[in-house]
Amino acid sequence: MTKRTFILAAILLGAAALVVVGVIQGQPGQVLSKAINICLECVGLG
Amino acid sequence: MRTSGDSSEEASISATKAVCVPGLNCYSCPGAVGACPIGSLQNSLSGMTFRFPYYVLGLMIFFGALLGRTICGFLCPFGLLQDLLNRIPFPKKIRTFKGDRKLRNLKYLVLIVLVIMVPIFVKLTPAFCKYVCPSGTLSGILLALGDSRLFAVLGGTFFWKLSLLILVILISIMIYRPFCKYICPLGAFYGPFNKVALMKMSCDKSACVDCGACSAVCGMGVDPSEDPNSTECIRCGSCIKTCPAKALGYEFSLRKKEAGDPLDTSA
Repeated sequence: MTKRTFILAAILLGAAALVVVGVIQGQPGQVLSKAINICLECVGLG
Repeated sequence: MRTSGDSSEEASISATKAVCVPGLNCYSCPGAVGACPIGSLQNSLSGMTFRFPYYVLGLMIFFGALLGRTICGFLCPFGLLQDLLNRIPFPKKIRTFKGDRKLRNLKYLVLIVLVIMVPIFVKLTPAFCKYVCPSGTLSGILLALGDSRLFAVLGGTFFWKLSLLILVILISIMIYRPFCKYICPLGAFYGPFNKVALMKMSCDKSACVDCGACSAVCGMGVDPSEDPNSTECIRCGSCIKTCPAKALGYEFSLRKKEAGDPLDTSA
């Protein structure tokens, strides 16, 4: 296994672990609850 | 459409918005099918109770590790807009200028300060979205045109961001992808992944004739023959098409490309 392959595999595994932990904590729901509303501050209105 | 705190409007509810798309898009647009990674990151960091953004950060790292800044070159809608604007004829196209290299570091400052630090320390303030993001301003214009109630609440922040949007549009005609080069925090995040991403570029040194054609055609100011996986490279492929020796190509493999490799995409 080359150094690059090892680094890439470690990064991908780390990313997967972060996503799993986030899903367990219910963070996709938080992303969804923000995303389905119009964020007036984001579009500069109000 | 439902605004934050307004329960009387029908919500544009889509479960796909629980997932971040790789590129910069304003998820405030009811037409968006995915959440913006930068917006979601700021939203996670700026909550009243700090929660480490495992989910959003994990997705962003995953995208970066797979594709690096290929996302900028092929998946970002605002990058596409700048590409199209740069095709407008203009007598004085600017390829580089004094201070260009130093100014490229501004996007890392935007990422660290506006996307990470300000939302953490100033609650409920997605600073990049609120004060800078031109993609959000475009969505705001479209939303305001379609709904007079929103048009009525146009405020100072909107006009500030509108000025920035107009500036980016005008500069894009003269300079190739100025937002990507100098401001975009997503580009700053994905850039370092170019060195290790699964999707990368390679230069066959034995075939390269050092003609300089690749660096001459590169809009991002990269010399692909020297550094094909530069943090500034958006993998647009212009250098691959231009190279007379077919020395440059994409790699989507963990193997090191060798001469005659069946995975050679430089032809």
